[in-house]
Amino acid sequence: MTTKTGIGASVLRKEDARFITGTGAYTDDLSLPGQVYCVFVRSPHARAIIKSIDTTDAESSGGVIAIFTGEDLRSDGIGDLPCGWLVKSKDGSDMLAPSHPAIATTHVNYVGDIYAMVIAETIEEAKNAAELVEADFEVLTPVVDVATATTADQIHENVPNNQCYDWELGDSAAADGAFANAVHVTSLDIVNNRLIPNAIEPRAALGNHDAASGSYTLYTTSQNPHLERLILAAFVNVAPEAKLHVISPDVGGGFGSKIFVYAEETAVIWATAKVGRPIKWRAERIESFQADAHGRDHVTRAELALSGDGEFLGLRVKTIANMGAYLSTFASSVPTYLYGTLLSGQYKTPAIHVEVKSVFTNTAPVDAYRGAGRPEATYVVERLVETAARELGVDPAELRRKNFIQPSDFPYATPVALTYDTGDYEASLERALSLAKYSEFAKRRNESEANGRKRGIGFSCYIEACGLAPSQVALSLGAGVGLFESAEVRVDVTGSVTVMTGTHSHGQGHETTFAQVVSDKLGIPFENVTVVHGDTSKSDYGLGTYGSRSLVVGGSAIATATDKVIAKAKKIAAHMLNSTEEQVSFDDGIFKIPDSNESLSFGEVAFSAYVPGDFPIEELEPGLSEKAFYDPANFTYPAGTHICEVEVDPGTGTTEIVSFVAVDDFGTVINPMIVEGQVHGGITQGIGQAMLEHGVYDADGQLLTGSYMDYTMPRADDVPDFIVDTTVTPCTHNPLGAKGCGEAGAIGATAAVMNAITNALDVKELAMPATAETVWRAITGD
Amino acid sequence: MVDITITVNGTGHSLSVPDNTLLSDLLRENLRLTGTHIGCDTSQCGSCTVELNGRAVKSCTVLAAQANNGSITTIEGLGTPNDLHPVQAAFRDNHALQCGFCTPGMIMTAIEMIKDATEPLSADQIRAGLEGNYCRCTGYQNIVKAVLAAQTQLRSV
Repeated sequence: MTTKTGIGASVLRKEDARFITGTGAYTDDLSLPGQVYCVFVRSPHARAIIKSIDTTDAESSGGVIAIFTGEDLRSDGIGDLPCGWLVKSKDGSDMLAPSHPAIATTHVNYVGDIYAMVIAETIEEAKNAAELVEADFEVLTPVVDVATATTADQIHENVPNNQCYDWELGDSAAADGAFANAVHVTSLDIVNNRLIPNAIEPRAALGNHDAASGSYTLYTTSQNPHLERLILAAFVNVAPEAKLHVISPDVGGGFGSKIFVYAEETAVIWATAKVGRPIKWRAERIESFQADAHGRDHVTRAELALSGDGEFLGLRVKTIANMGAYLSTFASSVPTYLYGTLLSGQYKTPAIHVEVKSVFTNTAPVDAYRGAGRPEATYVVERLVETAARELGVDPAELRRKNFIQPSDFPYATPVALTYDTGDYEASLERALSLAKYSEFAKRRNESEANGRKRGIGFSCYIEACGLAPSQVALSLGAGVGLFESAEVRVDVTGSVTVMTGTHSHGQGHETTFAQVVSDKLGIPFENVTVVHGDTSKSDYGLGTYGSRSLVVGGSAIATATDKVIAKAKKIAAHMLNSTEEQVSFDDGIFKIPDSNESLSFGEVAFSAYVPGDFPIEELEPGLSEKAFYDPANFTYPAGTHICEVEVDPGTGTTEIVSFVAVDDFGTVINPMIVEGQVHGGITQGIGQAMLEHGVYDADGQLLTGSYMDYTMPRADDVPDFIVDTTVTPCTHNPLGAKGCGEAGAIGATAAVMNAITNALDVKELAMPATAETVWRAITGD
Repeated sequence: MVDITITVNGTGHSLSVPDNTLLSDLLRENLRLTGTHIGCDTSQCGSCTVELNGRAVKSCTVLAAQANNGSITTIEGLGTPNDLHPVQAAFRDNHALQCGFCTPGMIMTAIEMIKDATEPLSADQIRAGLEGNYCRCTGYQNIVKAVLAAQTQLRSV
C-alpha cells in the first residue's frame, strides 16, 4: 500500500512540532530539584606525570560540595572505560589497550584529559573552584605525529612502540603477484585529515541517585542508551544493570561522537551517590573540541595495479591510523573492519591486501565519525581510480565502467571478506552523468578558462557496508556485543499503536519513518502510531543508532514484530468471522474472508484482543503486543556516484563548488524527504572535510583548532544546492529491502570534491583540507 | 546583583541576578525558557539567537543587565503547534531541521532577515544572512528553501 503517509511518501515529521516551538527536551534543558553542577579540571599538557594534586584551596571556595580525583573513583571500585572491539594483530596476538580511567590517576595523556572533578552549588562556583585545583605535573615530551609514533617515546607502559595492533586483511601473495604482472601502477600518498565532529548540541549529563532504592538515573546525550547502561554496569561497575536507568532524551546531533561512553557521564553518575544530590554537567564548546572523540586521521600509502587495457589487477594499501591517547569505545574497529573490508569498492579487483598499524599519540581519542572507516576507504579507492584514469588518459567514467561489478555478478564475494548482495553501479553512474551534464563539461571548462578560471570535475563511486551487523560475524571478529535490534509493537485497546525501539533518533526522524512502516503494514492512520525510544526502562535492550543501522536493523525488527501482530490478529479475526486463519486476508487495515461481505477493521480485532468476549480464549492469550529481535543476515551495501564540479580562481585559490550531483542506491526508501535531508547533511560534512575542516595539534600537543574561530565547518554560504536522486536495487535479505542512508553523503563526497579540485589544478596530490591557501600554493608553487 | 525588569514573550518579569549573568542564562535558568539553546558559549553558532528590542541577538554574549527594560521574543513566543508562525511552519514544511538543536536560533535569525529586507531576498542573500548560524545536520539547502517560502508568505500579507 502506498498512501500519502505510507512507505514511499514524503511525510512531514512528527518530531518537528516540538523542535520548531522550542519545546524539545535536550539533556541540558532538564533539571532536577536540588541539582548541583559539575566542572571537570582538564590537563593543559599533552603528556605529564601527575606528581600531586592539591585541592585544599578549591575545597574552601564558595559553594563547593565535593572535589574528586581519579584515586577516589579507583578506590571505590570504578573500572576503566573499556574498548568494545578486540582486534587481533596479524601474528594472532590481541591488540594492546592501555588503562583508561575516567579521571586520570598517574598520568595525563592529552590536552583535555580530566584529572579532577569539582561539584558546587552553582556552575559559577564550580568554575571558580576548578581554577584553584593545583596539580604538580612533570611534563613529558608528547607523541603527536602519527607517522612516526612507533619510534617515538613510549606513552603507555604496556604498549611498546605505541602500537595498538598491526592488522592485515586479504591475500598479500596474490596482491604482490598482481603487481608483478601490472602494465601500469598508480600510487598515492594520502593523509586523511583529522576531523572534530561538533554536533551543535554539546555533550551533557544529568545524574541522580535514589538512596532508598539504590538506583541511579542518568539523562545523557547518547546515541545508544542501552549500551551506555551495559558498559557503566558491567565494565565500569557503577551499579548493577537493574539499578541503572539511562535516558537519552532529545539529542542534538551525534555523527558518531555520542556513541561512546565517556569519562564525564561516568564520573557524574558515580558522584551522585557520593554527594546525595542530582548533578548536571554540560560541555562548553572548547570541551567538545578537546574531549569528544575525533574522527579519521590516517596516513596511507596506496597502489593500484592495472593491465594494459585498464583492468584493475590488484590493490595494496598500508595505513597508519591514529587512536589518540586511549582506545575509545569502538576505536579499534574503525580502521579495520569498517575500512579494510571496503577497499574493493564497486570494482572487481581480484587481489587486495591491506595492512593497518594503529598507534597511540598524545591527542584526543579517535573513533567513529559519520561514515567511520568507509569514507577513508572510499577516499583511497576513488582517488586512486581517478588518478589512474588521468595517468592512462582514459575517461574516469569509462575506467570505472570497465571495472564495475556487474548486476549478474551478485552475490559477489570480495577479496576483503564481504559479500555484496545486490547493486547496479552503472545505473547510478549513468544517472549521475546525465544530471551533471558530463558530456558538456569540456565546453564549460573552455568557458571558465576564457574567463581566467580553472574548472575541474571529479567522481566518487562509493560503496559502504551498513546495518551493523550480523551478530555472529561481529562477535567472531572481536565485537564485544551482538548487533541485532529490538522492537515491540504494542497495540492499544482502541487500535492505536505504540512502538518501542532500541535505536535512537538524534535528528534522523525515526518517530516519523518508523510510524510510516507500521501504519502502512497495519493500514491504520499514521497519526495513530507513536514511536518511543531512548529510555532503557521502556524499550528492550537494543544497540542504538550508528552505521546507518536504524531502519535496516531496527526497522526490520519493527516490521517483524508488526508481522507477528498481524499473524495473531488474523487468528482472532478468523474466530470472529467463523472462518479459518488460512481463509482470512488482511489488506489496508481490513480482515476479510473469501466470498463474503463480512469484514473486520484492525481496530475491531484489537478491541476483541483486549475485551475478549468474541475471542478464541482457549487457543490464544488475550492482548495484542508483539516483540522481535532482528539479527541481520548480512551487511547492507548502499552505493552510488557523486560528481563534483568546481571552479577555482587562480589569483586567490578560492574554490567554488559549481555543481554537486549525488545518485545513491539506498534500496527501498520509506520517506524520500528525510532521505534527501540525510544526503544533504552528509555531503556537507564530506565537503567540510575536503575543503575546510582540520583538527590540528602543534608539536607540543596543544590543540590549535579548539574553537569555532579556528576549526572551520561549512556555513550556509560555503555549500551549493545539491542535485540528488536515487536508483533502487532493494536489499535482498531484510524485510524492508532498505540499505541505510545516514552516512552515504559523508562517505562519497570527499573524494569527489578532491578529484574535482586536483582535476582543475592538474595536480596529482593535494592535502586536505583544500583551503584557498592550499590551492593557491599548489597553483603558484609557493 | 543587579535588578532587571524585562518583558519576555509579552510577560513582564522583575528579578535580581548576579551582575555577570548572561541573557541566555536568564532565559534558560531563571525563566526556564529552554528553547533558546547554548551551542558554543562564544557567539559563533547562533543557537541562542533571540529577538531583543526588535533585533536578533546572540543571547550568550549579551549580559542580562544589557537587556534591562527591554522586550524579548524567544522561540517559545512565536507560535504554538496549532498556530505556527509562518517561519516555523516553513521550517517544518521544507524539512529544514533534523536534530532541531540549531532550529530556534535559525528561525529567529530568519525572521529578522525577512523583516529587514526591503526587496525579496535571493537564495544567495539568505545564505549570507545565515552566516552566523551553524547547522551540522541539514547542509542548509532546506533551510534556504524554508526561508524563501516563508518570505513569500510574509511579504504577501
